[in-house]
Amino acid sequence: MRIDIPRVAYTGTIKEITLGRNKNKITIGGESCYPFHLFEGTMPNPPKIAMEVYDSAPEDWPDSAMEPFADVVDDPVAWARKCIDVYGAEMIALQMASTDPNGKNIPADKAAAIAKKVSDEIEVPLIIWGCENVDKDTEVLRSICEICEGRDLIIGPVVEGNYRAIGATAIAYNHTVIASTPIDINLAKQLNILLGNLNVPDDKIIIDPSIGPIGYGLEYTYSVMERIRVAALTQEDERLQYPIILNLAKEVWKIKEVNVSETEAPLYGHKKSRGVLFEALTAQCMLMAGANILIMRHPEAIGLVKESIKDLMNS
Amino acid sequence: MGLSGIEIFKKLPKTNCGKCGVPTCLAFAMKLATGQAELDACPDISENVKEEIGLASAPPVRTVVIGIGERATKIGGETVLFRHEKRFENPPAFTLLLSDNMDDLEISSRLSGFNNAVYERVSVVMKPELVAIRGDSADPLRFNTLVEKICNETDAGLILMNEDVEALSQAVRKCSGRKPLIYAATMENYEILGSLALELSCPLAVKGDGLEELADVCDKLIGMGLKDLVLDSGARNALEDQIIIRRCALMKKTKAFGFPTIVFPCLMTGNLMKETIIACQMIAKYGGIIVLSEIEGYSIFPLLLARMNIFTDPQRPMTVEEKIYEIGAVNENSPVLITGNFSLTYFIVSGEVEASHVPAYLLIKDTEGLSVLTAWAAGKFGADTIALFVKKSGIEEKIKHRRLVIPGYLAAISGELEEELPDWEILIGPREASHLPAYLKQLSA
Ligand code: SF4
Repeated sequence: MRIDIPRVAYTGTIKEITLGRNKNKITIGGESCYPFHLFEGTMPNPPKIAMEVYDSAPEDWPDSAMEPFADVVDDPVAWARKCIDVYGAEMIALQMASTDPNGKNIPADKAAAIAKKVSDEIEVPLIIWGCENVDKDTEVLRSICEICEGRDLIIGPVVEGNYRAIGATAIAYNHTVIASTPIDINLAKQLNILLGNLNVPDDKIIIDPSIGPIGYGLEYTYSVMERIRVAALTQEDERLQYPIILNLAKEVWKIKEVNVSETEAPLYGHKKSRGVLFEALTAQCMLMAGANILIMRHPEAIGLVKESIKDLMNS
Repeated sequence: MGLSGIEIFKKLPKTNCGKCGVPTCLAFAMKLATGQAELDACPDISENVKEEIGLASAPPVRTVVIGIGERATKIGGETVLFRHEKRFENPPAFTLLLSDNMDDLEISSRLSGFNNAVYERVSVVMKPELVAIRGDSADPLRFNTLVEKICNETDAGLILMNEDVEALSQAVRKCSGRKPLIYAATMENYEILGSLALELSCPLAVKGDGLEELADVCDKLIGMGLKDLVLDSGARNALEDQIIIRRCALMKKTKAFGFPTIVFPCLMTGNLMKETIIACQMIAKYGGIIVLSEIEGYSIFPLLLARMNIFTDPQRPMTVEEKIYEIGAVNENSPVLITGNFSLTYFIVSGEVEASHVPAYLLIKDTEGLSVLTAWAAGKFGADTIALFVKKSGIEEKIKHRRLVIPGYLAAISGELEEELPDWEILIGPREASHLPAYLKQLSA
């Protein structure tokens, strides 16, 4: 019997966005079909993984996550270099965790100096992720935008409460913004509209729908992403036709089921492999729902997901 | 798809005998139409009518049952391409593959991995469902002995796999009472296996070399009267085939593809980590049975959680039980926190409390699965209802102090709550759960 494949009538494409500068530019987005539905459309730019680097040594990581970076965690530049040189990172995501007012609360100028140093020392596209405190992020991310002029950073999370200030600075210094909303397609669209009204160019916006890891609300993120893609690709919803980024590792590695030891919970099995799989499976689900950039931590999880992307692109 | 409630009602006995558990035939018909009742609940419908209604209201992907009793596993029954359109119905059955080439030691160790992998979450039990036994030895006796052994050692649903039709038939006959899935009918053997499956009323897997052949074999089996089929397109790189099969079933009503599928991540790689990733793809995109080489805690546990997430009904939030949860080694001085019973709220809050290493009582109030703010707006988390719950929860007998930490988002009701609970001091916790560890440490310092 001849199989007549029922095809989806795609009417839109995801915007192509080029990140970084010079020889190390990376292009994301551009797909004209649902994720990996390559029998009826194209994904000219396979999804990319950005490796995490923290602005100061993390204190709450399990050994299994710490181990690959133990020699570099005190130095963000060395850490980023190791990700690139040893683990082949195509992008770096610098997490400005120590700017958090509920934590170390380092001042904006100090944070900017760290970001500048990292940005000077690496060539690949650089994501700067704030501490997710609206006011502090405004201050910190604006300083970083200024001091890293010409570096074409990707900065976020830009939220409803600070999009004006950060958005305006980002345009002025030519950076890309990550528009972040709490797991809601309408809010995501709304923020994109607001950024558009602010004159943030279309090729300078990436959507962050907010991540729920496996066991912790994954399904909400998953469905919001699928709905975004359905609207973007089949309902001509232009304000949703942007690539999607997920800052997933930091949410995955803090959950209880990843951190409990095998002695305490024998049925959960080998702790390191478990952590790696929680991260890799969270990433895999996000790929199936339309992720373009995944911010990840463990080199083994990254290896698995890279291979999976390659397999899916060749199928 | 289906018939309307009125159309169904016309075909019912109209005696209003109530045996179906609903007072009238009309009420029963309405329930059927919305999928809230099973046709079998009415004992007086004739077989013909059953067929008619059943066919008309059947989902485009047939529901197939493998195994019996408590271990009967349903697969298929799907009606949508995306879970947000309605919901996914039956989670893919995770299956352990055993081969008659394995020695006894390997068999028992793999089987005990399978049997041990039982997890509870939000009072839902999660575990792998099926065991597949594959004849690789070319020795029918060996295959049969293994099937018998597994039958004795687990009451899980079974998949019997053998290219030797003779050996397969023998084994199936021996355990047909367990309703195993017979694997697999092909262009060459479909007549023999088709009749066997019909005779023993067992579900039958169909394997084609590519989608076209698969459809051809299915059509032949449907013609023979078979109803419970499971599809294997033979692809060992399955995503595209899964999507096409599901789309054909839903969008074209292609009869041959109106069945759940079986996929074999275990045959696509020799590495369990990678296999787990492939299995995860197949959870999202339409695997009906997912066959795995090994069941290890570190691989099956995250897979089970991913499966639970994707197959959660998006229209019905998952909830946890209303009660006092003790986190860590609590005593009479431990802090008391309260929040709603949306399962995600519970997991996140309890996780953060645990991470704080400050033992605490967490009061979970029934908010019908709504998050804190929504529940408050809906009148399910106001001062009066909180006070009532705190009093009847029994927390007052467990602690000496009278301090209650409420979510930061409910700061506005703290005054009112203090009036309702005059013995209590109301503390306003952080808005975000992630700030709980810092807050609790400060509180207990
Ligand atoms: S059991 Fe059947 S006949 Fe009796 S009330 Fe229900 S639907 Fe009507």
